[in-house]
Amino acid sequence: MEPILNVKNLTMTFGGLKALDNVNIAIEKGQIAALIGPNGAGKTTFFNCITGIYEPSKGQVTITPPGKSSQTLKGLKPNQVTERGLARTFQNIRLFQGMTVLENVMIGRHCRMNAGIFGAMIRPKSQKSEEKKATYASYEILEKIGLEKYVNEMAVNLPYGAQRRLEIARALATDPFLLLLDEPAAGMNPQETKELDDLIIWLRDNEDLSILLIEHDMKLVMSLSDRIHVVDYGKKIAEGTPKEVKSNPEVIKAYLGDDSDDA
Amino acid sequence: MRWIYITIGVAITGVLGFLGIREVVSDPVYFLELLLGGLTRGSIYALIALGYTMVYGIIQLINFAHGEIYMIGAMTALIVASVLGLWGWNAGVIAILAVVFAVVYSCAYGFTVEKIAYKPLRNAPRLSALISAIGMSLFLQNYVMLAQTPEFMPFRSLIPDFAFWEPYAHIMSSVELTIIVTTVIVMVLLGILIKFTRIGKAMRATAQDKVMAALLGINVNQVISTTFVVGSATAAIGGVLIACHVGQINFFIGFLAGLKAFIAAVLGGIGSIPGAVLGSLVLGISESFFTGYFWSEYEDVFAFSILVIILIFRPSGILGKHEAQKV
Amino acid sequence: MVTIKKIKQAFFIALWFMVLTFPIMVIKVNTITDTVVFRWSYLFWNGIGTFFASLTWNYFLHLKENKQKTETSDDIPMVHQLLQNDRFRIPFLIALAVFFLIYPFVFPMYHTSIMISALVYVMLGLGLNIVVGLAGLLDLGYVAFYCVGAYAYALLNLHFGVSFWLALPISAVLGFMFGTLLGYPVLRLRGDYLAIVTLGFGEIIRIIMENWDDFSNGPRGISNIPPPNFFGIDLGQHGSVIYIYFIVIALVLMTIFFVGRLENSRLGRAWIALRDDEVACQAMGIDKVKTKLTAFALGATWASIGGVVFAAKTSYINPMSFTIWESITILCVVVIGGMGSAIGVIAGALVLILLPEYLRAVAEYRMLVFGALQVIVMVFKPDGLIKSVRKTYKFKKVEE
Repeated sequence: MEPILNVKNLTMTFGGLKALDNVNIAIEKGQIAALIGPNGAGKTTFFNCITGIYEPSKGQVTITPPGKSSQTLKGLKPNQVTERGLARTFQNIRLFQGMTVLENVMIGRHCRMNAGIFGAMIRPKSQKSEEKKATYASYEILEKIGLEKYVNEMAVNLPYGAQRRLEIARALATDPFLLLLDEPAAGMNPQETKELDDLIIWLRDNEDLSILLIEHDMKLVMSLSDRIHVVDYGKKIAEGTPKEVKSNPEVIKAYLGDDSDDA
Repeated sequence: MRWIYITIGVAITGVLGFLGIREVVSDPVYFLELLLGGLTRGSIYALIALGYTMVYGIIQLINFAHGEIYMIGAMTALIVASVLGLWGWNAGVIAILAVVFAVVYSCAYGFTVEKIAYKPLRNAPRLSALISAIGMSLFLQNYVMLAQTPEFMPFRSLIPDFAFWEPYAHIMSSVELTIIVTTVIVMVLLGILIKFTRIGKAMRATAQDKVMAALLGINVNQVISTTFVVGSATAAIGGVLIACHVGQINFFIGFLAGLKAFIAAVLGGIGSIPGAVLGSLVLGISESFFTGYFWSEYEDVFAFSILVIILIFRPSGILGKHEAQKV
Repeated sequence: MVTIKKIKQAFFIALWFMVLTFPIMVIKVNTITDTVVFRWSYLFWNGIGTFFASLTWNYFLHLKENKQKTETSDDIPMVHQLLQNDRFRIPFLIALAVFFLIYPFVFPMYHTSIMISALVYVMLGLGLNIVVGLAGLLDLGYVAFYCVGAYAYALLNLHFGVSFWLALPISAVLGFMFGTLLGYPVLRLRGDYLAIVTLGFGEIIRIIMENWDDFSNGPRGISNIPPPNFFGIDLGQHGSVIYIYFIVIALVLMTIFFVGRLENSRLGRAWIALRDDEVACQAMGIDKVKTKLTAFALGATWASIGGVVFAAKTSYINPMSFTIWESITILCVVVIGGMGSAIGVIAGALVLILLPEYLRAVAEYRMLVFGALQVIVMVFKPDGLIKSVRKTYKFKKVEE
């Protein structure tokens, strides 16, 4: 079977700096994969290249949504990538602060809705039911993530852990087949991290999702991932199961000193 | 799509170039006059554009009220010169004092405006600071209008006709010569300030990274204030010079001059000091030719068109660097 | 808390301002008659004024900083609370309706005419609110579309005898088209550049109207623009003012209705999301350029409709009616009223346009006050007079 995400020879240069150098990563359907590496290794750049925020200097990104044929993401704008079924969260939380929690999730539904200018102004029956459906769908997502008590709160007023979960809820609302999580556990306390761990596994098992996450919390990564990809200085240095990666000398060298106590 | 734009661009340049050469050959003196006129105009733009570009470089704000600072400089010079003139002081002393007062007061206004309208908004969304700047500009214009007069006030030139320049005065007046020379001197001084002095280094560091600069012990608030003060000083010099050149001022002169200078700063690459100077000269000279050879009534349309074209095709300007979006 | 230290600080600030404003406020020169007047009293009053102003300023700044530390400013403005309360809302709306219905019959024509201007500003404000308040695009050339609408009616009527009622939809379409056309190249620019470029467009259109004599009659403008016709019946001067008044009321109601719907639609949410965070917004599947363009074009549409009404009301237009000041005034209405808040903008328009009309003594200071208010609102109350409140949704508990 084709991997649902296949990245080949991805290279990204900023001026003279090679942030990513010939990176190859493939994600299988139903997998929870992790992308790890020391700070500044190019992990977030990798996400930005895939989701169309940066245009990669070289390389191919191909997706194969379940039940559909393969297609390339070359030259697509971020919103087009999302329409194709990739959704992401951000390392530094980027919620829409002027909107309620529910509305934040409804933004995720945007690309699955059709109302245009006249639809919005005149609001015929079809739009009304579409709007209603989107509202309920968004509420259901909030229930799944466990944020339904905050429905009408302003997003900015949420506690930190809830904001991170809301980012995931918002991404889920776009109906993705692959979820890209950028440091979802950053800044969370152990209790919140534990809940996140459960949530990610639940999403994979019940929502038919594949997940690629960037994470620094090695305990979480090792317990969660089916497969781990390690990058350092923009190059991929290792790939394998948590066990294999843990004992890989290259990886140990890359991490020596900084994160060894976590690993 | 791109090729269509390029073709149109080349065609327009070609036609203009052809017409230009024909004009130059038929009347070289007129051409020279326009060129020098443009240079003068560009010098004034440069003096104002510096303030825009420096402030933008440091706090990423279009200081909308900057044109007003320039106007206040000219206005202060006029008031001081009038009072001293009435008291019968010597013309040379008046000229010096008028310039000194203009510079000092413009700096004081620039400093105060920053403290009131921008400093409280340093962490606010950019739109808020910009709206505050527009409000400040509106306020200052109306303040001067109400305190003085809405009418144009004649401004007696502070610059005498130099005797040694007499033979060339028919092509370029003494005032124009003074404007160009002064601008060159100001630019050199500013270059020294930025490159070699302590505060100049602090300014460059702050422009690169405010947080890091603060960590290294640079007083960022002080650096920002200094930037406003230096920008205001050059604008004031520009204000006095243009008032001498045009011979009349009112409360509204800062608006258009400010806009033009801003366009020049963007043209050169906002945030870049050499860029501001280059952009100003390019804009001044091309405007001069446009009004001299084509339609003078569409002068401002021409400047705005340049702005739109630059922003669409090369938003970083002639000398600016592309800034990558941080995610 | 007023401490000795603060009073001392205020004293020095007052002193600083006395020095600062000395040449411009105290000395009044007349370079034509070569006379100088010293207005020493201004210096005194200025000192007193800035002393107290500085105390108040610092007090509020202090208050604001403390408030930020304790966050969660979730207070809903009183107006909204009242309007959500049925017992208050219904009588209030009835009273409002009655007031506006009898207004032109109770008050003399002059007042009706002023009210029409204010209502046109309500429309313009609500239109600009889409662009600035919801989509976060600072448009300083909004008057360009107002100009397009006014000239479209005037010229179409002059050359082809097009009536008001036909001109209304034509200008709306024209405004939409102009908005799209001007917006397309500039909307990918960053916010602050956009402000300057739109300002430029506004000025360009005015300058063209001023200089293209054959097309627009230049600075002389176009006169004798007919008021809207009422089934061909001549209403007389007074009657036609009342007629326009009700047309404007209808248009304002229509605007409120449509804007209200837009705000809580797929499109409206996308605008707000785009204003809050462009990158995240795109990553959530929203087409940036298209979404901005709809906001810009819709704003232009309303300005254009406003322009037609303006032309019909004044029966004479020239380029001087469409200067940058007009754009700034409309922007003030939106900013001071409350960006993104329809009620705020309506209140803002009525207060900012009607007050200077009736307080003739301060009319001179209108722009001065507007400028100061812009700064003050941005520093202390960035949400404006009445801040916007997002729609709340109720969900039935499925099980329990």
